[in-house]
Amino acid sequence: MAANTSETMTINMGPQHPSTHGVLQLILELDGEIVQKATPHIGFLHRGIEKLSEHRTYHQIIPLTDRLDYLAPMSNNLGYVLAVEKLLGITDEIPERVQRIRVIMAELTRLKSHLVWLACHALDIGAMTVFLYCFRERECITDIYEKVSGARMTSNYFRVGGLADDLPDGLEGEIRTFAESIPAHVEEYEGLLTGNKIWQKRTIGVGKISAEAAVDIGITGPALRASGVDWDLRRDNPYSGYEDYDFEVPVRQGCDTFDRYRVRLDEMRQSARIVLQALDKLKPGPILADCPKIVLPPKQEVVSNIESLIHHFKIVTEGFHPEPGEIYQSVEAPKGELGFYLISDGSAHPFRMKIRPPSFVNLQGLPQMVEGKLLADVIAVIGTLDIVLGEIDR
Amino acid sequence: MTPEVLTLSQTPWLFTGVMLVKIIVAFVATLLIVAYATYAERKIIGRMQTRMGPNMTGPKGLLQPIADGLKLFFKEDIIPSQAHWFAFILAPMMILAPAFISISVIPFGGDLQFTYDGTLYAVPMQITDLNIGVLFVVAMAGLGVYGIVLAGLASNSKYALLGGIRSTAQMISYELAVGLAIVAIFMLSETLSLRGIVAVQQLPLWGLESLSFIPNWYIFCQPLAFGLFVVGSMAEINRTPFDLPEAETELVSGFCTEYSAMKYALFFMAEYANMITVSAIATTLFLGGWGGPFYGWINFLIKVFGFMFFFIWIRATFPRLRYDQLMFLGWKIMLPLALVNIVITGIAILLW
Repeated sequence: MAANTSETMTINMGPQHPSTHGVLQLILELDGEIVQKATPHIGFLHRGIEKLSEHRTYHQIIPLTDRLDYLAPMSNNLGYVLAVEKLLGITDEIPERVQRIRVIMAELTRLKSHLVWLACHALDIGAMTVFLYCFRERECITDIYEKVSGARMTSNYFRVGGLADDLPDGLEGEIRTFAESIPAHVEEYEGLLTGNKIWQKRTIGVGKISAEAAVDIGITGPALRASGVDWDLRRDNPYSGYEDYDFEVPVRQGCDTFDRYRVRLDEMRQSARIVLQALDKLKPGPILADCPKIVLPPKQEVVSNIESLIHHFKIVTEGFHPEPGEIYQSVEAPKGELGFYLISDGSAHPFRMKIRPPSFVNLQGLPQMVEGKLLADVIAVIGTLDIVLGEIDR
Repeated sequence: MTPEVLTLSQTPWLFTGVMLVKIIVAFVATLLIVAYATYAERKIIGRMQTRMGPNMTGPKGLLQPIADGLKLFFKEDIIPSQAHWFAFILAPMMILAPAFISISVIPFGGDLQFTYDGTLYAVPMQITDLNIGVLFVVAMAGLGVYGIVLAGLASNSKYALLGGIRSTAQMISYELAVGLAIVAIFMLSETLSLRGIVAVQQLPLWGLESLSFIPNWYIFCQPLAFGLFVVGSMAEINRTPFDLPEAETELVSGFCTEYSAMKYALFFMAEYANMITVSAIATTLFLGGWGGPFYGWINFLIKVFGFMFFFIWIRATFPRLRYDQLMFLGWKIMLPLALVNIVITGIAILLW
């Protein structure tokens, strides 16, 4: 048969396609339904966030980071804010309450991102009920987002040196109720999918990538841990007080779509655990660091205290000036290692900001995961890589 | 007084009139069920997925199917410039017609008796009782494939082509398994007439008077054939988990990617009409047709709706199979099972 198939069909999958998760374009060379070659084309969502950052003060960049991985805005906020704090050398001055709330929000964000991932992944493979179940839970997280930051998706909640605002009254209880309900919900998704023969057939052994190949490409996050590499920045390079929490890093050896699915579900359970622990440790306290030259003073003081008024004026009009230097700070975002590389020339805006988005790097694994496989597997692999084009194209 | 059967030779006008009424009633009923099957599917799946389903158009959204139909009717009917226009127009008709034609041989009730001109007549509640009814149904199911293939080829689009190829392979392989599953039925019934098959099923189970409270439905003595038939027909009518030809997350919309307006609606109607046909055939072959506790056609409709609910339920639950896995299931599992079933049935008939 193979001798007869001299011609291949080139198919443009995307950027307008229901399951390329945004505007990814794949040029597929098909022999029948078998993928001979897959070439991802990116850039349809390029907004020049890195370049824009060079002309904005450090505070003005935070809203831009919301739009990187728009399914996990708080993780992006966290990565950027930590990077600037490291550049300023105020990492140790962040109040404990801020650290706790940041962890709570980052883990809720992880849940939010994983819920969308599971919803879309299952829908891509044809199980459409899971989609709506996941969005039902995601809705609770968007509500929490709205209560803390006023926005449901682009939260813009963290600030250099603290938070935009404290948690509103009664929200702690709401978060606790939600986090306690997560294990039962995850059971529900597992009930629909894990034991399902068709789901297993569609995912086991699909999109395999070995641990060596994954490390070579630089794949991080759940995709790396499902290939048997035990690496999680929250544990191995803790930030924001992650060393205080007791959690497990789920690792599996299957290297395939099914194990990536199970790793993410386990991560959702662990995230709920971390949220509950952080809520237990949450104590009243300041929500901004005591760094008057960097952190905006409370409004009450601006109108009553001349020094605060001056600081407020200086920060709003020209921002703050970090010492010249360069730093790299990374966080374990839901999709993998999200890194911010900042160079300061002493002015009020970064000389250069380079973002290391996990999706961009993870996408490099796609061609070798799908070549020689069937068209339907391409969909499964795009889903399992959990890419977000906002982050890839920036 | 024994009723006389209406024939064309004895009472031509009466026969023609009754026939027309039967055709119109069956056709309109099927169309209505098609329209409200879409509504039922959206409502049922909505309930299963913790959402509302249509609820704005009319009371409880009951006018939604009509609104959808009107909308599609007034849409611009696009024929892509690179498409083969004749085949492109023909395809939706070719898929819808066989789906409706199969209804004509399905008996949906017992005899209806009425007096006309002093004579008592009996009218079978069936448009026509072909003596090869089962073969006719299988043949019509086979014809439906052409519509999809033609749609895939005529669209001149790569996604549609892939959808068309997928459905050809899928429907041909599953038709074999379904056909062979049915063979076991008419080995038992010794007739190919659907009416005859239903009549046999009204007898007590295995002909034993002591079991007379259980009807001789073929689901009891042919459970394997029943399973094969249901799975195979799900594949034949392209429903989840076998909806590969129109797998929207892979092939955009598969064979109907390029279709719009009323032509698209025809594909949609054909899908539901097929669902009804398949449910009706399964009811006739395995569940004793119109037999049951209520009046003839009510039993029949209850069973048909039960099947349709089952198909909708499956759609809300299962993911989609992959092309190669589908072929594997069809050729290496279902076909041998159907053959084994025939052999076992044959041995059983010989021994008893």
